[in-house]
Amino acid sequence: MKKVLKQGFVAGLVLAVSLVAAACGNTGSGAKGADASEANTGKAKEVNLLNVSYDPTRELYTEFNKAFAAHWEQKTGQKVTVKQSHGGSGKQGRAVIDGLDADVVTLALGYDIDAIQQAGLINEGWQQKYDHNSSPYTSTIVFLVRKGNPKGIKDWDDLIKDGIEVITPNPQTSGGARWNYLAAWGYALHQNNNDEAKAQEFVKELYEHVPVLDSGARGATTTFVERGLGDVLLAWENEAWLSVDELGPDKFDIVYPSESILAEPPVAVVDKNADKKGTREVAEAYLEYLYSEEGQTIAAENYYRPTLDSVKSKFKEAFPEIKLFTIDEEFGGWAEAQQKHFSDGGIFTQIYAPK
Amino acid sequence: MHSSTSKRGVLPGFGITMGYSVLYISLVVLIPLSALLLNSTGLTWEKFWDVATDSRVLASYKVSFLTAAAAGLIDTALGLLIAWVLVRYDFPGKGIFDAMIDLPFALPTAVAGVSLTAIYSANGWIGSLFEPLGIKIAFSPIGITLALMFIGIPFVVRTVQPVLQELDAEVEEAAATLGASRFRTFRSVIFPELLPPLLTGFALAFARGIGEYGSVVFISGNMPMKTEIAPLLIMSKLEQFDYAGATAVALMLLIISFVLLLLINSLQRRVRKTAK
Repeated sequence: MKKVLKQGFVAGLVLAVSLVAAACGNTGSGAKGADASEANTGKAKEVNLLNVSYDPTRELYTEFNKAFAAHWEQKTGQKVTVKQSHGGSGKQGRAVIDGLDADVVTLALGYDIDAIQQAGLINEGWQQKYDHNSSPYTSTIVFLVRKGNPKGIKDWDDLIKDGIEVITPNPQTSGGARWNYLAAWGYALHQNNNDEAKAQEFVKELYEHVPVLDSGARGATTTFVERGLGDVLLAWENEAWLSVDELGPDKFDIVYPSESILAEPPVAVVDKNADKKGTREVAEAYLEYLYSEEGQTIAAENYYRPTLDSVKSKFKEAFPEIKLFTIDEEFGGWAEAQQKHFSDGGIFTQIYAPK
Repeated sequence: MHSSTSKRGVLPGFGITMGYSVLYISLVVLIPLSALLLNSTGLTWEKFWDVATDSRVLASYKVSFLTAAAAGLIDTALGLLIAWVLVRYDFPGKGIFDAMIDLPFALPTAVAGVSLTAIYSANGWIGSLFEPLGIKIAFSPIGITLALMFIGIPFVVRTVQPVLQELDAEVEEAAATLGASRFRTFRSVIFPELLPPLLTGFALAFARGIGEYGSVVFISGNMPMKTEIAPLLIMSKLEQFDYAGATAVALMLLIISFVLLLLINSLQRRVRKTAK
């Protein structure tokens, strides 16, 4: 009896281990085989790209991928199919680190791409590789208020007035919402002669006006729009315009504060994957095309602020000029901002620390 | 050899079945769990202790365990009632009603969370009735409990139902002829039989509730120290690529859950023994 039990146990364990090994081995060799054949024939007739992006860029890239495919085929005769993957920016970053075969990443914040770099998949200096901090299009943080702006919200300091409820996601679970927090911080800093203690007081007060901390931007929008909670939603400019488009201009207004942060959603080639799959050339061309006249126009039509001057002037009306500060000049980059504000014991976590 | 043959059960192949069980548990349970540990490079003992005893993390454990326990208890009572109705009575639409019990298993939990929030928030159908009374359902621990009740109810119904079906009506009749009141019959004849499955159902619903994430994030409001559940804190740490911190929270959650489930299981075994 005992012997049988032992044998069964050992057999099971051996089988388990070998199955796992086989599974790992399979995916590895299968992928390699396909890549080798592509690389050997020089330029294959067809090539596939995977663009791992974040949530609200879905429409933008559906349109852009079509434009790029046409451009690339005309230029090289090669057919390119770009697959898109969308999700929360941090989640997408983790997926790439854990082995999602992305050729390029187009995420909401540099911090998530930094993490992929630290995992060894992207070469150092990726943010200097393309113009404007590798951010072909930008955005900013604005206020979405109920039609007619019944509470008269004009600027950041109106948000902490009595009786105002603010909806914004938790910056610890939503990468995109970290821009919201930093925009408020920057404003408070400028209002108080760069007094950090005052800025800290301001953001603390601001988050005391937040009745529900959703885990992501979509959830916050639902809370504001469907549940009717709150007087103002802090949102990316492009998402605010999308909401107004979708839900009807008769329901919401967009308010531009006196100043805000320049949100830079950056792009990068995932060097290791692109080299392994032999797709570097087309992947780089794909990102470069985001900076072209056509790419910039598509971005602008999807409410992202273009960086190319000619397109900028064409869409001048659509993007009101307000004072914008960047994360580099105000916070010394993402690594520092992350450490100081959002890590354990950081300024944001202190807001909710019990007294 | 002879003795081992004589001890064999009806079904042959103990070696194969045991081997398969070990294989299955290794692949699906043990290896992923050990990966959780292996993933925690950089998780020192101090870091683990710091994270696991952080006031915000402790508050989230409290929210998670209390709401899961409350939901489990309510589910146990409601589940018994539903199982009773389904087994003992015939009514039109019973088949549909019976099938509906399993729906929470199939429905994506996020959908459940969004719909529950829509109904129970201050401007929803039911939430608006409670709002004037000063009771907030969505975005409070009540809302979390509600979502967990929804997720957990099938576990109780499905564990109690078969036992109830096996229960002979004759036993009750015998009790009645011996002069036992209805309440006494229930307490001394039916309930002892049902206690083990009720405990199992409670344990399953409770355990499911501790780990539930998808539906709760929508209805809880996620306020730190108040309505933030432990699984959300794990996500929050992952979102910042803090794998070690996430592992610490998960590990602690796992240990507490395991100890609690162990206790419930041993309690259940004792109940079963005394019942026999």
